[in-house]
Amino acid sequence: MNVVVCVKQIPDPADPGALDPNTKTLKRDGKLILDESDSYGVEMALQLVDAAGSGEVTLVSMAPNGEVSGLRTALAMGAAKAVLVSDDALAGSDALGTSKVLAKAIARAGEADLILTATESSDGYTGTVPEQIAELLQLPSVTFAKEIAVDGSTLKVQRQTEAGYDEVECPLPAVVSVTAGVVEPRYPSFKGIMAAKSKPVDQVTIADLGIDAASVGWAGAGQEIVEIAQAEAREAGTIIEDDGEAFAQVVKFLDDLKVV
Amino acid sequence: MTELTDEQIALKDTARRFTERHIIPNLEEWEETGRLPRELHRVAAAQGLLGVGHSEEVGGEGGTLLDACAMQEGFMEAGASGGLMASLFTHGIAVPHMIAHGSPHLIDTYVRPTLAGELIGSLAVTEPGGGSDVAGITTRAQRDGEDYIINGSKTFITSGVRADYVTTAVRTGGTGHSGISMIVVDSNTPGFSVTRELRKMGWHASDTAELSYVDARVPAQNLIGELGQGFYYIAEQFVVERIFLALMGYGHAARALSLAAQYCKDRITFGKPLVANQVVRSKLVEMHRQVEVARTYTLEVARRHVAGDNVIAEACLAKQTAVATAVDVTNEAVQLFGGAGYMHGTEVERHYRDARLLPIGGGATEVLTDLAARLLGYS
Repeated sequence: MNVVVCVKQIPDPADPGALDPNTKTLKRDGKLILDESDSYGVEMALQLVDAAGSGEVTLVSMAPNGEVSGLRTALAMGAAKAVLVSDDALAGSDALGTSKVLAKAIARAGEADLILTATESSDGYTGTVPEQIAELLQLPSVTFAKEIAVDGSTLKVQRQTEAGYDEVECPLPAVVSVTAGVVEPRYPSFKGIMAAKSKPVDQVTIADLGIDAASVGWAGAGQEIVEIAQAEAREAGTIIEDDGEAFAQVVKFLDDLKVV
Repeated sequence: MTELTDEQIALKDTARRFTERHIIPNLEEWEETGRLPRELHRVAAAQGLLGVGHSEEVGGEGGTLLDACAMQEGFMEAGASGGLMASLFTHGIAVPHMIAHGSPHLIDTYVRPTLAGELIGSLAVTEPGGGSDVAGITTRAQRDGEDYIINGSKTFITSGVRADYVTTAVRTGGTGHSGISMIVVDSNTPGFSVTRELRKMGWHASDTAELSYVDARVPAQNLIGELGQGFYYIAEQFVVERIFLALMGYGHAARALSLAAQYCKDRITFGKPLVANQVVRSKLVEMHRQVEVARTYTLEVARRHVAGDNVIAEACLAKQTAVATAVDVTNEAVQLFGGAGYMHGTEVERHYRDARLLPIGGGATEVLTDLAARLLGYS
């Protein structure tokens, strides 16, 4: 079973850097790391390939300056190879532009039985790329997967909902977005880290993928960021000192919220 | 150049995350009960963490001392205790003599299962009659047919209570250096016993034993390398042991500094954060300076050791530098925490207690200073 996982390399959330005042987008010129929300998809893909007994996991990513640090992390976890699209013309790409690029890169990655993504990235949060990729590839789209099983050529997914989960089936191949936290991503072992150094990363430009520069980047973006504003600071919470009657205040608080 | 490589940074990150997930939630309990569960050795081995710095030919993960240093930094940065490190990584002092000089039988029987987390080993050199005076040990092994019969006692033996085997320094010849050999003693050997579990100021998560050997009969095939070479085998490993203790030293200091710095930003006194006081900032920056110096020097000595340089004197000095940093910086961290820092259960209090062992264990500062003086020609 061959699984492609779309992974994003993002600025380290522990040291997030700054927004560019001109473009109103996040500066990405420093070292990037694997988006943690993608590590769940990588783990799930590795488990599915293990269970199938054959096949491999291929990563697909789009990043400036040929950045591979985040890809190396996922390769160290056990992915076999990667396709990286890096091209100056991609700066300013919106969600659809990104999806166009990733869809072409997925096709370049070879025959895939399944394509996994996160539900959304930790630095952009548009949450629309997985569905757009599915549409562009003309494949079924299943979102918010908490559990994935493969039965022959049928995909069985437990799709997380607010109330619990739906059981969804569709034919393979398909594009599935994986909910964060549903599996425990493995840590790269030392052997895995060292092996990742020599795993192939196929670095390509949009020309290699046959993409018109006018359809991606700033040129092709149908989405415009018109303003950025500081999020309102969260108000301080209420501290209740327990004098033996605190429970009554807690009950009243919950009652006021109409949650009990 | 002492900066870590990308791969070492990734390994350090793995160690940090492993510590946060598998160790920190249980550490207080292990500090209370005074020992680590065997399962932790298996889990750490499954993650490949016990084998870093040991070759794949003997069941390790490969890599050099510098890789092992990066990994240890990850553990310490995440808040591991000295006892945890000493106990989980006791094999770092229990198996190297076997790896360097032992037979395939010893490698297969002890080294591989230990690096796989299935066996726990410890190293017994120190005796009640003398600490850093290795050449003066009196525990005797007498050849009897295909066996050695061992009599004597050892003390301050890390992981000695839980150990499945003890790599033991014994006297097989006359007095002095040349009469010492190394032999592996299974802990279920009749005549071998743990006579006391020692209670300590710090390193609480590490079990420490007093051991007794009374006519303990051990197969001669458990002798490591050549007869009478034990002292030199032990001395060979001292450089690495001292570098690891230096790492632990600046690791405690760096973690205590990090905790103290955050506390000083959060703690409001007299209407302002502690860090708004110049005297507090001065302390923090001095602590920072000490940590940087200790780390840079230690990693440089480690790098030179890996490159093949003779760094026996420098390893002594790196240990001295880093353990003095550990004692000073953890002391200042407790001071900055004030009353909270003196409370049992505060992490800085634990680092303060753990750090105090370091100028004593693995060669007392006074002994190492004298050794360095001789090696450097100041005699």
